[in-house]
Amino acid sequence: MNRYPLWKNLLVVAVIVTAIIYAMPNLFGDDPAVQVSAGRLNSVDLQLVNEIESTLKQAEIPYKGVVLEENRLLIRFSEANEQLEARELIQQKLSSKDYIVALNLAPNTPAWLQSLGAEPMNLGLDLRGGVHFLMEVDMNAVLKQTLESYASDIRILLRDKTIRYTQVNVENGVLTFGFREAADRDAAIDEIEREYNELEVAINENAERPTVTINLNETIVRETQNLALQQNITTLRNRINELGVAEPTVQQQGQDRIVVQLPGVQDTAQAKKILGATATLEFRLVDFESDVQGAVNGRVPANSELYYHRDGRPYLLNKRVMLTGEHVINAASTIDGQSGSPAVSVTLDGKGARIFSNITRDNIGNPMAVVFIESKVETQTIDGEEVSVRRQIPEIISVATIRDQLGKKFQITGLDSTTEARDLALLLRAGALAAPIDIVEERTVGPSLGQENIDQGFASVMIGFALVLVFMIVWYRLFGAVANLALAANLVLIVALLSMLQATLTMPGIAGIVLTVGMAVDANVLIFERIREELRLGNSPRASIDAGYSKAFSTIADANITTLIAAIVLFGFGTGTIKGFAITLTLGILTSMFTAIVGTRMVINLVYGRKQRPKLSI
Amino acid sequence: MHLLSKETNINFVGIRKIALAFSAVLLLISAYSIVTNSLNFGIDFTGGTMIEVGYPQAVDLGEVRTILEQGGYGDALVQNFGSLTDVLIRLPVIESENMAEISNQVVALLQAEQTDAIEVRRVEFVGPQVGEELAEDGGLAMVYALIGILIYVALRFEYRFAIASVLALVHDVVITVGFFSLFRLDFDLTVLAAILAVIGYSLNDTIVVFDRIRESFLKMRKAEPVEVINTSINATLGRTIMTSMTTLLVVIALFVFGGEVIHAFATALLIGILVGTYSSIYVAGTAILLMGVTKADLMPPEKDEDGEVNPDGSQV
Repeated sequence: MNRYPLWKNLLVVAVIVTAIIYAMPNLFGDDPAVQVSAGRLNSVDLQLVNEIESTLKQAEIPYKGVVLEENRLLIRFSEANEQLEARELIQQKLSSKDYIVALNLAPNTPAWLQSLGAEPMNLGLDLRGGVHFLMEVDMNAVLKQTLESYASDIRILLRDKTIRYTQVNVENGVLTFGFREAADRDAAIDEIEREYNELEVAINENAERPTVTINLNETIVRETQNLALQQNITTLRNRINELGVAEPTVQQQGQDRIVVQLPGVQDTAQAKKILGATATLEFRLVDFESDVQGAVNGRVPANSELYYHRDGRPYLLNKRVMLTGEHVINAASTIDGQSGSPAVSVTLDGKGARIFSNITRDNIGNPMAVVFIESKVETQTIDGEEVSVRRQIPEIISVATIRDQLGKKFQITGLDSTTEARDLALLLRAGALAAPIDIVEERTVGPSLGQENIDQGFASVMIGFALVLVFMIVWYRLFGAVANLALAANLVLIVALLSMLQATLTMPGIAGIVLTVGMAVDANVLIFERIREELRLGNSPRASIDAGYSKAFSTIADANITTLIAAIVLFGFGTGTIKGFAITLTLGILTSMFTAIVGTRMVINLVYGRKQRPKLSI
Repeated sequence: MHLLSKETNINFVGIRKIALAFSAVLLLISAYSIVTNSLNFGIDFTGGTMIEVGYPQAVDLGEVRTILEQGGYGDALVQNFGSLTDVLIRLPVIESENMAEISNQVVALLQAEQTDAIEVRRVEFVGPQVGEELAEDGGLAMVYALIGILIYVALRFEYRFAIASVLALVHDVVITVGFFSLFRLDFDLTVLAAILAVIGYSLNDTIVVFDRIRESFLKMRKAEPVEVINTSINATLGRTIMTSMTTLLVVIALFVFGGEVIHAFATALLIGILVGTYSSIYVAGTAILLMGVTKADLMPPEKDEDGEVNPDGSQV
């Protein structure tokens, strides 16, 4: 009864060997590296590799190697100062091209481990240093903007239908129209309901005068909010590219929040400015009569301005702005019904539609351009002092020929692909009056504190581990030594699982590991105390071992499941770093069940299983 | 080495009145302190800004306070953090357009008075709304954990065991929180996590005792409940103390070597484990006794389990 079948022994060995392999990448540390990733216009390729290599060789900056991945390039260095120098140099070299150059760390995982898919754990921001922002989109403002644009549309509608209204009001998420006569009110309701079936129109009985209240229906509210959130996420992603962060995270959290994580970023003031920047749109007519090439060479006609398309082509645009982005309500990628090619459908508000309609009527057949203007804050050195300068960067995102008099809804066609249509729609939305966004939470950890956290976390795991090892050997002798083996295996398993899941290790996560080390031996303590008890009752050593394991099992399971309940609740509630604690605690409980019960039993069986009347060292 | 060389036979249940009085006193002090002193909530729950800066050499806190006062941050709390060169600055929520930029302004203010570069080690800003949500979610998490445990223990044992275990947990939580209130220690998100871990740990302890009580009730057919509970607590005493020792060892390691950031977390664990160990020896068993659990109560659920025979033929 104290022997495991061969398959069980092999299983334990296989699990532990696998765990060792997948935990190993964490031993090799990482190299400082410079990461070059492609912008919109280009890609990273061998030519770029050659260019960078020759640049580095020329400047005599030693580097360890260049890794070309799918859409990024990592150049490894042995020293951090070489890395900094190289970044400066590469940035200068590539400044005219659309590349993002950032500092990063490249793991030193050997190739044979990489080929098995083994990777080191992710370190949380509290360990590697960086900024965590939680940003909130002001949904009240979003809904107010939407209602206001409806208000201006309905005004025009009522005027067209010669229905007289006395007042218009947007307050507390409700749009109200006041009328002099009840007949006007009823006529207005009919017209509004016919034109906008997405609105909920009702008579306000409590008002002194005939009044109509208009609400957005729930689907529209949800759609509007979701759109506002997506639009902000897109804009944030674009702006973060400007910061040159190696592995940024931009993620939706809940209904109205966005998490932004920027590992390695130190200058939080700069980051806040860039994230808070705004973008606008301008619709302008193209000056197709003047000489563009001449303008590029410096002879710009008086009524025009020189702009560049995102693809690099120059255009002369009329100085007069037809329309600005605040009149754009929505933009979505679609398929043109006539040609079947990708298109973007744009919706303007009432005022915008009127302006647009007038201008396009007179310019059928002429090209029109959409200019995307991003305000960026840059730090410049003026007279030896660092000064933040707000700079506008205009860029043409679309040039199209006006085919018809355009109104409230129109399409931009002639796009090459659905990707292009989607990108254009995103940019149009981003440039439309963006929903206000605020930082509601910030957690920044400096690099030295991050390293300190790693050192202290590692020290506490190791010291706690060592103390428990000594304690267990003193108390349970050989059985204690076996429990210690299980404990070591447990640590390896936790690290391996964290690496395989690519979970993020945080400081509370390390605390969870420390706590697991203390609690994991509990299962063994329960078993060993039971064995001692059975021995005291005069049972044979072999029967005692067996009874100890089997009797303690349900207790161990009960005790661990209840702890697991607490850990899972913690995970569900957890924000950021607390989640890390819940993850390591949960993994630790699960792995300790395996190592402390199955693992120790295997070793105990190997030691005592074949002896008839062994003398137990417990 | 044996901690308890012979089977112990301490009359834990016999001194239950003393234990109850002791617990009552601790609970009263804790409750009184929580009500009158409240808790020293960290910015996680109240909202506000916390900045940890490192100076190149030891710095006079009075000077830092003066600089901040002159800069318009009169209500800043300034203290050393871990060492004389590290300064922790805490600011309450200041309603303004860009609350998130206060930390940058404060750092700029301090840097202006200093020739050497000061290092921003850590910044935490929590908006008032987020703080409120974190506090609410945290409270809910605690309640959910307790309810989940209540249900599990009720299913596995009997409802009175469940109530007794939750009573023991509430006892542990109140005393741990009371300790934080009494000594005005920072109560932040990590402390809340630690308390949830304490709930898990203390329950673990209690379940082990309960398991044995259930087993003994069925084995010692003629014995009185007092005797059964006493025997069970004694039988598990070695394990209870051993596990508490190993866990305390690692938590002490965390407390001493884990650094300032994890200090409050480790403190909560330390207190929680001590109280949790005490409660599973003295409180949980007594609670079962007070609720009048008898052998007959344990028979029906046990019948279900008669079918469950472990693969090696043993029954639990």
